[in-house]
Amino acid sequence: MEYVLIVISAIFVNNIVLSQFLGICPFLGVSKKISTGIGMTGAVTFVMVIATIVTFFIQKAVLEPFGVEYLQTITFILVIASLVQLVEIMLKKVSPPLYQALGVFLPLITTNCAILGVAILALGLEDTNIVKSVVFAISHAVGFGLALITFSGIREQLDLMDIPKGMKGTPIALVVAGLLALAFMGFAGIV
Amino acid sequence: MNQWNNFSKGFFKENAVFTLLLGMCPTLGVTSSAFDGLGMGLATTFVLVMANLVIAIIKNLIPDKVRIPAFIVVIATFVTIVEMTMQAYLPDLFESLGLFIPLIVVNCLVLGRAEAFASKNNIGSSIIDGLGMGLGFAMALTILGAIREILGSGKIFGTVVFPEDYGMLVFVLAPGAFIALGYLIAFINQVKKEA
Repeated sequence: MEYVLIVISAIFVNNIVLSQFLGICPFLGVSKKISTGIGMTGAVTFVMVIATIVTFFIQKAVLEPFGVEYLQTITFILVIASLVQLVEIMLKKVSPPLYQALGVFLPLITTNCAILGVAILALGLEDTNIVKSVVFAISHAVGFGLALITFSGIREQLDLMDIPKGMKGTPIALVVAGLLALAFMGFAGIV
Repeated sequence: MNQWNNFSKGFFKENAVFTLLLGMCPTLGVTSSAFDGLGMGLATTFVLVMANLVIAIIKNLIPDKVRIPAFIVVIATFVTIVEMTMQAYLPDLFESLGLFIPLIVVNCLVLGRAEAFASKNNIGSSIIDGLGMGLGFAMALTILGAIREILGSGKIFGTVVFPEDYGMLVFVLAPGAFIALGYLIAFINQVKKEA
């Protein structure tokens, strides 16, 4: 039951993009087409889960025993940056088709605040353990995907519409994102 | 004159938020009041200036291949300093900015200036660039925060303008952030076109 609550809360109620404002850059940047949206979602899910697992062990095995929690930001971002490089190199060797699909998005992920944000938030869960952190990371990634893919679907349609000149491009995209966030607010109170 | 252009470009012509669309997460996440926006903007300015300074000093010592991780370490150092200082002296602001303070490290604006400016220019212009860009960012956050605060709760910097009951709550919540920023950017684009 506890896990069900985490999943529903992460995907709908506290959606990472639309209510916590993490990962806005890729949300606005790669949402012009549904296909790129799906690629980005795949890459984010992949890195988010691995990064959460690795940072969890670093926090528990290195930072806490030595009492240097204040180095959290610096360690985590370095780990994530090198992890992204590693994943890129491995994917290239192990699965070229997957690399073709996700390749261009991987470098962008280092500066995606959703990854670092989820890694830090996962450590703040009540009596956190590794399974809970992984469930937490996966459901946030799904929430990111849901928001991104819905949004790119709407933006594809927007191209065909007659939009006032001053609102073209970013402004209308932001207003649409606002309406989407308003729709997601309807889920508030479920959990 | 040249240095003045270098400083002032961050406010209007190349404003991080309104034109370059960098650093959107803190822009939307912490601007539910003007004070939070200002605090976040100034914290980012500090990191930006110090990171630009250090990177401009050591740019010739860093091998080209590992420059991004090296930049990130420099930035993360200053973010940690900001985090600890704020926790000690401004605990209220620290509470309300929360997760977004460690996330300054992944603000694309800071890394973007390090990569695009500080790694190619001398120390003096890098500091001025960081200061201009940072204060421009702080200005954008304060404007957006003020608009949301006044529409949402009828206050500005905590001073009551009209009773809170008449405020539109939605502007303090998540959807209002997107919508307010959307219209603000549309307005600024229009002003720019006429200028």
